[in-house]
Amino acid sequence: MSALLQVEGLAKSYGGVHAVRGVSFALDAGTILALIGPNGAGKSTCFNMLNGQIRPNAGSIKLEGQEIVGLPPRAVWRRGVGRTFQITATFPSMTVRENVQVALLSFHHKLWAMVGYAGAAHRPEADRLLALVGMEAQAERPCGELAYGDLKRLELAIALANNPKLLLMDEPTAGMAPKERVDLMRLTAKIAREKGIGVLFTEHDMDVVFEHADAVMVLNRGELIATGTPEQVRRDPQVRAIYLGEGLLYDAKHREGSAA
Amino acid sequence: MEFLLVQALSGLASAASLFLVASGLSIIFGVMRIVNFAHGAFYMLGAYVAFTLTDRFAGPLGFWGGILVACLVVAAVGALMEMLLLRRIYHAPELFQLLATFGVTLMVEDIVVLIWGAEDLMGPRAPGFTGAVTVFGRLVPSYDFLLIALGPIVLGLLWLLFHGTRWGVLVRAATQDRDMVASLGVNQKWLFTSVFALGVFLAALGGALQIPRTTVSHAMDLSIIVEVFVVVVIGGLGSVTGAFVAAILVSELNAFGILVLPKISMVMVFLVMAVVLVVRPWGLFGKPEGTPRAAAGLSIRPWRPMSALERMGVAVAILVAASLPVFAGNYALSVGTEILVFVLFAASLHFLMTVGGLASFGHAAYFGLGAYGAAFMVKFLGAPMELALLVGPLLGLAGAVLFGWFCVRLSGVYFAMLTLAFAQIAWSVAFQWVEVTGGDNGMLGIWPSKWASSPQGFFWLTLAIVVIGVGVLRMLVFSPFGYGLRAARDSTLRSEAIGIDRKSTQWAAFIVAGTFAGIAGALFAFLKGSVFPENLAIPTSVDGLVMVLLGGIETVSGAVIGAIVYKALAIWLMSKTELSKLVLGGVIVVLVVAFPKGIVGFLEDLRHRRRRPPAPDGAGPEAAGYVAKVEAAE
Amino acid sequence: MKTMIGVALAATLLVTGMAKAQQGEIKVGEINSYSALPAFTDPYRKGMDLALKQINDAGGIKGKKLVIISKDDGGKPGDALTAANELVSRDGVVMIAGGFLSNVGLALADFAKQKKVPYIAAEPLTDAIVWSKGNDYTFRLRTSNYMQAAMLAEEAAKLPAKKWATIAPNYEFGQSFVAVFKELLTKKRPDVEFVAEQWPPLGKIDAGPVLQAIDAAKPDAILNATFAGDLVKLVREGNTRGVFKDRAVVSYLTGEPEYLDPLKTETPEGWIVSGYPWYGINTPEHKAFLDAYQQLNKDYPRLGSIVGYSTVMSIAAVLKATDDHNPDGIVKAMKGLKVDTPFGPIVYRAADHQSTLGAYIGKTSVKDGKGVMVDYVFRAGADYLPSEADAAKLRPKD
Repeated sequence: MSALLQVEGLAKSYGGVHAVRGVSFALDAGTILALIGPNGAGKSTCFNMLNGQIRPNAGSIKLEGQEIVGLPPRAVWRRGVGRTFQITATFPSMTVRENVQVALLSFHHKLWAMVGYAGAAHRPEADRLLALVGMEAQAERPCGELAYGDLKRLELAIALANNPKLLLMDEPTAGMAPKERVDLMRLTAKIAREKGIGVLFTEHDMDVVFEHADAVMVLNRGELIATGTPEQVRRDPQVRAIYLGEGLLYDAKHREGSAA
Repeated sequence: MEFLLVQALSGLASAASLFLVASGLSIIFGVMRIVNFAHGAFYMLGAYVAFTLTDRFAGPLGFWGGILVACLVVAAVGALMEMLLLRRIYHAPELFQLLATFGVTLMVEDIVVLIWGAEDLMGPRAPGFTGAVTVFGRLVPSYDFLLIALGPIVLGLLWLLFHGTRWGVLVRAATQDRDMVASLGVNQKWLFTSVFALGVFLAALGGALQIPRTTVSHAMDLSIIVEVFVVVVIGGLGSVTGAFVAAILVSELNAFGILVLPKISMVMVFLVMAVVLVVRPWGLFGKPEGTPRAAAGLSIRPWRPMSALERMGVAVAILVAASLPVFAGNYALSVGTEILVFVLFAASLHFLMTVGGLASFGHAAYFGLGAYGAAFMVKFLGAPMELALLVGPLLGLAGAVLFGWFCVRLSGVYFAMLTLAFAQIAWSVAFQWVEVTGGDNGMLGIWPSKWASSPQGFFWLTLAIVVIGVGVLRMLVFSPFGYGLRAARDSTLRSEAIGIDRKSTQWAAFIVAGTFAGIAGALFAFLKGSVFPENLAIPTSVDGLVMVLLGGIETVSGAVIGAIVYKALAIWLMSKTELSKLVLGGVIVVLVVAFPKGIVGFLEDLRHRRRRPPAPDGAGPEAAGYVAKVEAAE
Repeated sequence: MKTMIGVALAATLLVTGMAKAQQGEIKVGEINSYSALPAFTDPYRKGMDLALKQINDAGGIKGKKLVIISKDDGGKPGDALTAANELVSRDGVVMIAGGFLSNVGLALADFAKQKKVPYIAAEPLTDAIVWSKGNDYTFRLRTSNYMQAAMLAEEAAKLPAKKWATIAPNYEFGQSFVAVFKELLTKKRPDVEFVAEQWPPLGKIDAGPVLQAIDAAKPDAILNATFAGDLVKLVREGNTRGVFKDRAVVSYLTGEPEYLDPLKTETPEGWIVSGYPWYGINTPEHKAFLDAYQQLNKDYPRLGSIVGYSTVMSIAAVLKATDDHNPDGIVKAMKGLKVDTPFGPIVYRAADHQSTLGAYIGKTSVKDGKGVMVDYVFRAGADYLPSEADAAKLRPKD
């Protein structure tokens, strides 16, 4: 059986500077893969290539065996890739439910319909998705006045609207309170495992990474320097060298202890 | 060959005048993000004040001193306007500053006539620069050489100012990131005031330096403002060097263009702009990564379809309107019909601006195309009114299909300027293709069919079409298509990530808006019995913008109210006073300051506040900050 | 909020305010570009006011007071039509008059035809208004494009010049004037050729390059039809560049004080122009007009003053000529109507509704620091119009 996502030799450079070089990895359905690395390592570039926002200079990205390099984000999404952004991107002029309804309408190919009230479309489905992320009570609220943590959860609901096979989450917990982070990632992990969704996420919070990831990749200066289980990566001397300066590993261990 | 060199020199002199004015506009826009429509008015004021001073004080000192003092005086007036007016509305949607400065422009046009009289004034020649220099056996005015030298000198001085002084560094920093400068503890208010004053100074200088070449008149502002905008956009917003290059490009193309095509002047700048924007969407020297501002229509309070009560209210209003012919006279009915036509026109623009987030500066093009379409049907095919009303708007649709395809590739001010360019190109075709369109003399005899020829009949017909039209547009707002369109407006990133094709969606919205504008235009043709190029000229586009903004850009159907208020006011003032521009401009300025969200937006705020007393605006700052973050990410 | 109440009030007034015509008054509507072109319409209005005063002081129209209701059109045909509608449907005027711009005049003419309202086009110059788009209800006072082109072409034909260049504003006014001039001059002088043409946009002439382009074609003579600010730019730039040196220039309208006065000391010498030398016309009718005008206004008249004055005199004449003040009665009386103007008696020709108002043709010069016309002669309008039979053929059949 081929992997859900198969990436080979992905590369991108800007004006001669390599942002990403020779990145290859695979992701199976139902597994959660973390992509970590220091700031400027190329994580976001990597992500943006995966969902079609940036076109790579070289390499191949196969989703269920089919090449998706060169497709625009909307076409990648049609093939079953959901995505959340480092800084949330939602529709502030709509209510929480309408945000999800738009995604559902798009998924059901109904966005070109010029008659009918969109606010009444796919309501049960939208409410079910909102319930999934614990936002059902806020369905009627204007999205523009939500707290940041709620926006992150709303984004997850939107990203799930197309029954994705693959979920790309760029720093899903950035800007959230520690308690919220743990809750959100547990929720994500639960959904992913229940529905067999493959999840690729980047993260700075090592608690989140080591608690939920099935595997971890470490990116540095655009290159993958380590891949493996969280335990393997944590012991990798090269990774330790990179992260020593930031003190993150120590911090992570420390906090892991206190969380337990 | 020698002749061509002399022609190039003449072109350079024209470029210098254009550059001086354009550089000021570019600086103001680059730093403050204000589309300063009043820039032409300051150019004109510069010329008038310089005329008065140089007329009174003769001699070289009197002349050059007079010009300098005139620029300083006008710059002070500009600073005053910034402090009294613009400061109050920085937080209003971006286009409100355009509306406010447009109001000021209208006022200034009447004020200069009141102060300086109606007749053209001819100022003195510049002492020391009255003669000519022989170049290759041809005489070139020495004043031209002065202007040619002044262009690079001003460019250089501006460069020094921006790169060699602390003030300049701060201004450049503010261009990149306003919040950052604010956090440096710089008084941003005064920074803005000084930038605005500098920009106005340059505009006044451009005007003052014209007095040895032409007469000073109250129409000077119009003769330059659009061209200056075009130059700024071609050069790239905020780029002074870009403005310089663009001014030379436009002037030289014109100087040589007229040798081949003597009638090209009228449309040259717009052709250049259209080509540049299609090839380089950010202008020659512009940068795409500017901080984008909130798209028009980004409301924090989600829209809802009307409640049963509101529906009843609207039904009653329509019934009242429909009963108007029973008790109103013919004139009132024809005014009512005209207002209704503009309700539909404004509603179509509102759909594009508010729902689509695309502020068009050239929406009159589709209105006018619809009008001409109807006129062609009547004149060339002998079609009756019914058929012409059906087919005519298709010309508006066709125009929107063609122009829209290019326009939706851009956004923000660049989008606005490309729509303007296409509208001007359409206008000049209507103006110049005399054999088909009758040129500026228009097409006459486009009168309604017998059954609709009475004022009552045509009023009812118009009312029916407009009610249906506005209803359909409102239905579209709440349809899945409308939601997709709003999604593309709210967040390009997210909408693309959920499968929405932004360009196609916005293109469709452009076509919808163009078609409804075309319907309004076709009705207008039959109301007036004639069509003229003015139907697709800039003033008509600006009227539409004013109506939308007055109604409230964040509302679903505010344009309807905006159109009624503005058109009724304009017609009434026109009939009652010859100073209608002064009064109308004043009213616009007051409305902008008093109701920065427009009339309907203001009423909705009021209602909202009453319904939810515990500080609903508490979410405001937080939400606004959030919006800013979203944009930073894009 | 106050504004909205104001608007509401205004709307109510519009609806209920059908002003009833008072006994002993005859109302006439008048429309012009007062706010857009004040420099031209102010003297025009002063002329109108003078005529109105004289008529009413002399007992009005058979004892009834003549009332003229003026409206502004803002320089836009659409707004002119709104104003015409108000005058006709609300104020109940018996006829309308006015208009400066040709397109406004044509729009009003078409309105007159549709609503069957007599209309005297005061200032518009376009030939179309009485010929190709003429109609039963429209009459035109001013010396037309064609007539002035014919007068100037006559002078041009006397010149030795063979190679001509033209500069005219790029709209119907300029285009049709140049076309007629070319046609009439070529008829008289088959040996002339037109070697260059420039069509700057109205109000936006880039005079340097335009003149260079003209100069490069080395014409013997230049025909100019630009005016106002464009003319000043052209003259200043052309004087400095020596483009007009040793060349004959025929310049349309330049002798009218409206356009000549701003040029002051820079007025070119010896241009052949049409215009209005108010300072030197010694006919008794003009002297009477001039004295009365200057007494009332402390200002000298412009050509617009003549037009405004003669328009009101035409209105008074037709209303006196017939007691049937219904549209058809007025139209009937207008045909062949004789009116006395400061330029002498004129006739509204029955066949094409064009008046026979003439014009002065002369040369420009500078006197006491001011631009003036010298060596001028009066050309009677009737001599420069096609015969009534020929003119009638130029009008649409219906």
